[in-house]
Amino acid sequence: MITAERKPFDEIVALVGDKKKVLVAGCDTCVAICLTGGEKEAEILASELRIKAQQEGREVEVEHTAAIRQCEWEYLDMIADTVEAADVVLSMACGIGIQSMAEKFAPKLVMPAVNTNMLGMPQEHAVWLERCVACGECRIGTTGGICPVVRCSKSLMNGPCGGSHDGLCEVTTPEKEDIECAWALIWERLKAQGREELMFMERPPKDWSKSSSGGPRKMVREEAKPV
Amino acid sequence: MAGADVKPAAAEGGAAAPEAADEAPKKPVDPDFEPEIIVFACHYCAYAAADLAGSMRLQYPSNIRMIKLPCTGKLEVIHLLRAIEAGADGVYAAGCMEGECHYLKGNLWARKRVDHVKDLLTELGIEPERVEMYNMSSAMGARFAEVATEFTERMKQLGPSPVKRQGVSPHAAAREALGGVAMPDEAHPAAAATVEEGHAE
Amino acid sequence: MTATEYKAGSNLEKILSSGRFAVTGECGPPKGADVTIIEEKAKLLKGYVDAVNITDNQTAVVRVCSMASGYTAQQNGLEAIMQMTCRDRNRLAMQADILGAATLGLKNILCLTGDHMSFGNHPEARGVHDLDAINLIKMYKDMRDEKKFQCGEEMTVAPPLYIGCAENPFADPFELRALRLRKKIEAGADFIQTQCIFNVPKFKKWMEEVRALGLHKEIKILAGITPLKGVGGARYMQKFVPGIDVPQDIVDRMAACEKGAPSQAEGKKIAVEMIKEFTEIEGVAGVHIMAIEWEIAVPEIVEAAGLMPRPAVA
Repeated sequence: MITAERKPFDEIVALVGDKKKVLVAGCDTCVAICLTGGEKEAEILASELRIKAQQEGREVEVEHTAAIRQCEWEYLDMIADTVEAADVVLSMACGIGIQSMAEKFAPKLVMPAVNTNMLGMPQEHAVWLERCVACGECRIGTTGGICPVVRCSKSLMNGPCGGSHDGLCEVTTPEKEDIECAWALIWERLKAQGREELMFMERPPKDWSKSSSGGPRKMVREEAKPV
Repeated sequence: MAGADVKPAAAEGGAAAPEAADEAPKKPVDPDFEPEIIVFACHYCAYAAADLAGSMRLQYPSNIRMIKLPCTGKLEVIHLLRAIEAGADGVYAAGCMEGECHYLKGNLWARKRVDHVKDLLTELGIEPERVEMYNMSSAMGARFAEVATEFTERMKQLGPSPVKRQGVSPHAAAREALGGVAMPDEAHPAAAATVEEGHAE
Repeated sequence: MTATEYKAGSNLEKILSSGRFAVTGECGPPKGADVTIIEEKAKLLKGYVDAVNITDNQTAVVRVCSMASGYTAQQNGLEAIMQMTCRDRNRLAMQADILGAATLGLKNILCLTGDHMSFGNHPEARGVHDLDAINLIKMYKDMRDEKKFQCGEEMTVAPPLYIGCAENPFADPFELRALRLRKKIEAGADFIQTQCIFNVPKFKKWMEEVRALGLHKEIKILAGITPLKGVGGARYMQKFVPGIDVPQDIVDRMAACEKGAPSQAEGKKIAVEMIKEFTEIEGVAGVHIMAIEWEIAVPEIVEAAGLMPRPAVA
């Protein structure tokens, strides 16, 4: 799922500026699951903004709401009136939802209250790990189901590099969290699957034109488009 | 009756004198300032300890207004924030001793949430000491009184919350935020309105 | 071998091809638009090494680029081994740069992945990593031997290149290290330089595995060493540099010496001992001396190891 982290509070306050009617809009899908921007978190942020305004003696109306999914315009219809009434919307959705709101309600001011950070997997409750960068050319069939594009710090196709030590990436420092060497993991996984020979196959350069490097992508399902 | 006076509890280690005795205070402490404090207490331990303090005739400040919960684990971040928003000078949760929560881990969740609210207050530029978590068993009447006294004194030192508003009751706002989770007030001196004693509302 | 049988005909290639024990050194370019530093280092090392590595933004710290510094070194009579890291350039730049290097007379190229940005002085940079080191070796080999760009298009004049890479016999997973070397050979590497060795027994074990696979006959292996200046450096490498194995007895030997000249003498002594051991290991074709910011120690070490004079091969 897409994960995001709430922006530092001062940055959010700066984005609101001197607007008098603020709507904090949560999204009840991905950002709710990663406990960053669901209705609950929208309510908390709204309360914080009111507290801040009171401290500074400012008159500000802060409401909160949430859409089931901000990236789908049909769900945004359901909160349209609330949005129209606001001077500025602080969206706690991922970058897709924020842009979707900004587009649907244009030219209404829609500000990001979060930094969307990754396509992550919940490893355990309250811990998410990056697993995919949507490169558009998935090769994990030959790497034991482990992605070297995102899990290897250098996106090596033919790893590991010389910095791998004790199963950890060279980027691991005593200060930083341990980062596992993806290629050490791939090697172990291939061994467990009895497919060691894949470790030594020559992997050609990636076709990055399929990733966002090639320009913003579009997907169309012709067979499903309305007649 | 207990609660009417602002005398410190005669409990061992209780804050008998202002902490300002040892070092110069950062800002002048207003001797007339009476903090408004909301206490979220759990039914099984803290609230029972409060009752015990009452029957032991222990003195503790009337500044605290209690809200009873089945368990402090029911307390959410928003409940604490709404109390602050409504102008409470301080808020604390009082639950069972760690390891002895009637609902097993509710008090541990409460502590995490209290810590998170401390972070939120910090980012708002409000003293994180205005929110706290305490643990006590139902037999610890003296501890209940001691905590109430210590926390009230702490709030006196900190001064009024920067978010105070006229005409809004922190206690009412906190109760409303909790909705159906708050249990009805029993005839408890600290829970009942103390308007008769001239307590600021 | 005749000139037409050489891949590039560089001094390094000729010496290694002749079966003589080769000596290479290393130079870091300066952190400023200053040509004199490389000129000085080249004059220092000329005649004591067969070719010198010119590092390329080593440890992700920005310095004069390897190509320009390599050209300066060659202008001053010392053959260069240019370095190319995948961290900083995409495949277009890497092909363009190697063609440029060839036109400037540079022939030896070391293909590296590159240390991660986070180690250096520009941690906010976006790491390119369009290709990895193995893709790069193959790309350069195809440019040289097939006269083709990576996209398959033919070029006008192929660059004559002697292609090298690095290998770390001590990195994990250890069981993979000899097999990974084979992958580099299959990609087209002509020579390799190892990460600096302090644990000679462990290196010998790796060489055993390498020889068992016959790899020493398919590629020229240069064993890397870094002469120690003091016990501080030894301890630092032991604790903080991943992939470098410094046995305790080496640390102890350095610790037993007084700081300054006595320590430095011991460090050089250890280096000379190791080089002499390397000359006895079957399959080791040369030594790569990484005396970073201590280039001045190299002539003495090469001399004491009995490797002077350096051969001149026609």
